[in-house]
Amino acid sequence: MTQMKQRQVQLEVLRYNPDTDTEAHFQRYEVSCNEEGVVLDALNKVKETVDPTLNYRWSCHMAVCGSCGMMINGEPKLSCHTFLRDYEGVIRVEPLAHFPIERDLVTAPDDFMEKLKRVKPYLIPKKKKPISEGEYKQTPAQLMKFRQYSMCINCMLCYAACPEYGLTPKFIGPAALTLAHRYNIDSRDGGRKERQEVVATAEGVWDCTFVGACSEVCPAHVDPASALQQMKITSSIDWIVEHLIPGGKSARDTVSREDAGDIS
Amino acid sequence: MSRRPLVREVPPTTWYFRQPRYMRYMSREITSIFVGAYCMFLVVGLQRLAAGPSAWEGFLQALTSPASIVFQFLALVAAVYHAATWFNATQKAMPVQIGEDFVPGNVISGAHYVAWAVLSVVILHLAGVF
Repeated sequence: MTQMKQRQVQLEVLRYNPDTDTEAHFQRYEVSCNEEGVVLDALNKVKETVDPTLNYRWSCHMAVCGSCGMMINGEPKLSCHTFLRDYEGVIRVEPLAHFPIERDLVTAPDDFMEKLKRVKPYLIPKKKKPISEGEYKQTPAQLMKFRQYSMCINCMLCYAACPEYGLTPKFIGPAALTLAHRYNIDSRDGGRKERQEVVATAEGVWDCTFVGACSEVCPAHVDPASALQQMKITSSIDWIVEHLIPGGKSARDTVSREDAGDIS
Repeated sequence: MSRRPLVREVPPTTWYFRQPRYMRYMSREITSIFVGAYCMFLVVGLQRLAAGPSAWEGFLQALTSPASIVFQFLALVAAVYHAATWFNATQKAMPVQIGEDFVPGNVISGAHYVAWAVLSVVILHLAGVF
């Protein structure tokens, strides 16, 4: 077997040890990696051969698990999906922006996890039915309506890219709101009314100013910016129907899980 | 082992210098100042028109001053840029699904440009330009 071409890689990694540090600082490493390697390979090489104390998260090494998101030269990226050959000189690696640093490149995702729960990112059936009545069927067209939004891998790169989230940490943010949209437009779902309590608020879609960075950095080609703009339109229609049309009942007032339960 | 996450502050006034895409966003937002200022300019024009022929003549005279021409040119550039960013955004806000497929985004944005051109021709015609 022929030896793969090697490449000298210089990394500048942000370090933070909660037990000893009050500030984060950069540390320079130099390792030899395969020409075809990715930034995660370089970090693994550092950990294996230079500095075993370096902390970072990773799992699948194939852009599926969403664990290894980092700022690479200031850009939110999956380190397993960022090729060394695309960079010249020192590569600066920092933890995901806008999240507290737990240790080195490991961030605390607590805020995102809490927000994710609040939007109820799961199917809330329009009408409960016993298993004996069979599955909830869906046409291919109904599936395509939400499919791209279901590709989210919860890597949080969109939160690191979103300046609105950085400036207004209460903002529910791109990925969680996009998942709300994914379920809202699912033909089997009837939970929009419940989700609107979170979505159609100042800290929901109305904190989004459509910078669009979320969609540009998404490694799964989800388009959170489009989901949020669509939710702004439906939320505006809700408001118009509720406030300007006498006796108007908006879509959010039609079917909910409780209503469906009452009927049956 | 203690848990003591380090919170990093985002600089509240200089954050948009961090990324070219943030600069693009801010340039889009700043155009609204020119669009708003030009609306005020039109309101003043209407007020002058209502005030009588001499006031209107004075307004028309003021339009030809170099400062006014520079402002109108900047407002035009800003309005065109603002409109273009808006039309390009429509494909995200208003996707059109036909069967299983979505209409390509540039068709949706393109339709807005066409509508813009048609309406502009109609307005110029009504204004007696041709």
